[in-house]
Amino acid sequence: MGLIALDEEVTGLAKRTYWKETFARYGARRRLPRFFLVAEHRGRVEGFIIGEVRAWEFGEPPCGWIFALQVRPKTRLKGIGTHLFKTLCDAFRHAGVEKVRTMMARDNHLVLSFFRSQGMMAGPFIELEAALD
Amino acid sequence: MKLQKASSFALYAVLELAGNPASQLSGTEIAEKYGISAHHLAKVLRDLGRAGIVEAARGVGGGYRLAVNAKRLTLLDVIQIFEPIGPQSAAEEDSEHATEAGRALRMVLDELDDHALATFRSITISTMLKLMARRPWAGSSRFAEAPRKAASRR
Repeated sequence: MGLIALDEEVTGLAKRTYWKETFARYGARRRLPRFFLVAEHRGRVEGFIIGEVRAWEFGEPPCGWIFALQVRPKTRLKGIGTHLFKTLCDAFRHAGVEKVRTMMARDNHLVLSFFRSQGMMAGPFIELEAALD
Repeated sequence: MKLQKASSFALYAVLELAGNPASQLSGTEIAEKYGISAHHLAKVLRDLGRAGIVEAARGVGGGYRLAVNAKRLTLLDVIQIFEPIGPQSAAEEDSEHATEAGRALRMVLDELDDHALATFRSITISTMLKLMARRPWAGSSRFAEAPRKAASRR
């Protein structure tokens, strides 16, 4: 519940069903190579990161994908995001992959800057889209 | 993609100052290290000073130091002092761009501009210093060491 509240606080969107399904897929049972890591302090969720190893999608060998990362706004700049990122990368390494990837909206400057600060650079993909009229 | 010389010089200067926060570096020192025109760099440093990004250090030796937080200062903050980055506004379009081909081409170029804008905005000077320390280009033929050109003596 703390995580759903954190997400709503940050995004302004209530996504209870989404998070329950996401937790069932990534966190309820320890099913490698899926990871749902939560940073807690005194019982309160301060941040989380979710990722999994995906193989052969878009023609690429197995690699780790980060799908979500959030840190409570008032708790940022204390290294929580970095710790979550490094812990997930360690888990990916342990799962045997050599690359980590992520994707975010071009105008999400905060998250883009964060992943850049962790050493990530633009990958080999281009995301395309079209309206379904 | 190429940046204008002024933008590149500005970034070199800012990176040097950010990488040596305990020191005050002169324009001459920075120009010598990068093999660039000291005269041109002096103009760039004045513009950076007016923008509040660098400040002239007082006292013996003079020189400059970074006036802002390197963790907050982005490549875009520096570059846009010297050249426009991002999609072209409608007011700048020529009549040719009012054609179907012109508009289609503009859409494609805007994709590139949007990407460039997001990239420059997302990389702080602090992140650039980390990239420099990691040296991911080591061993790459694309970034092979080239002899430095002598600085212009205008």
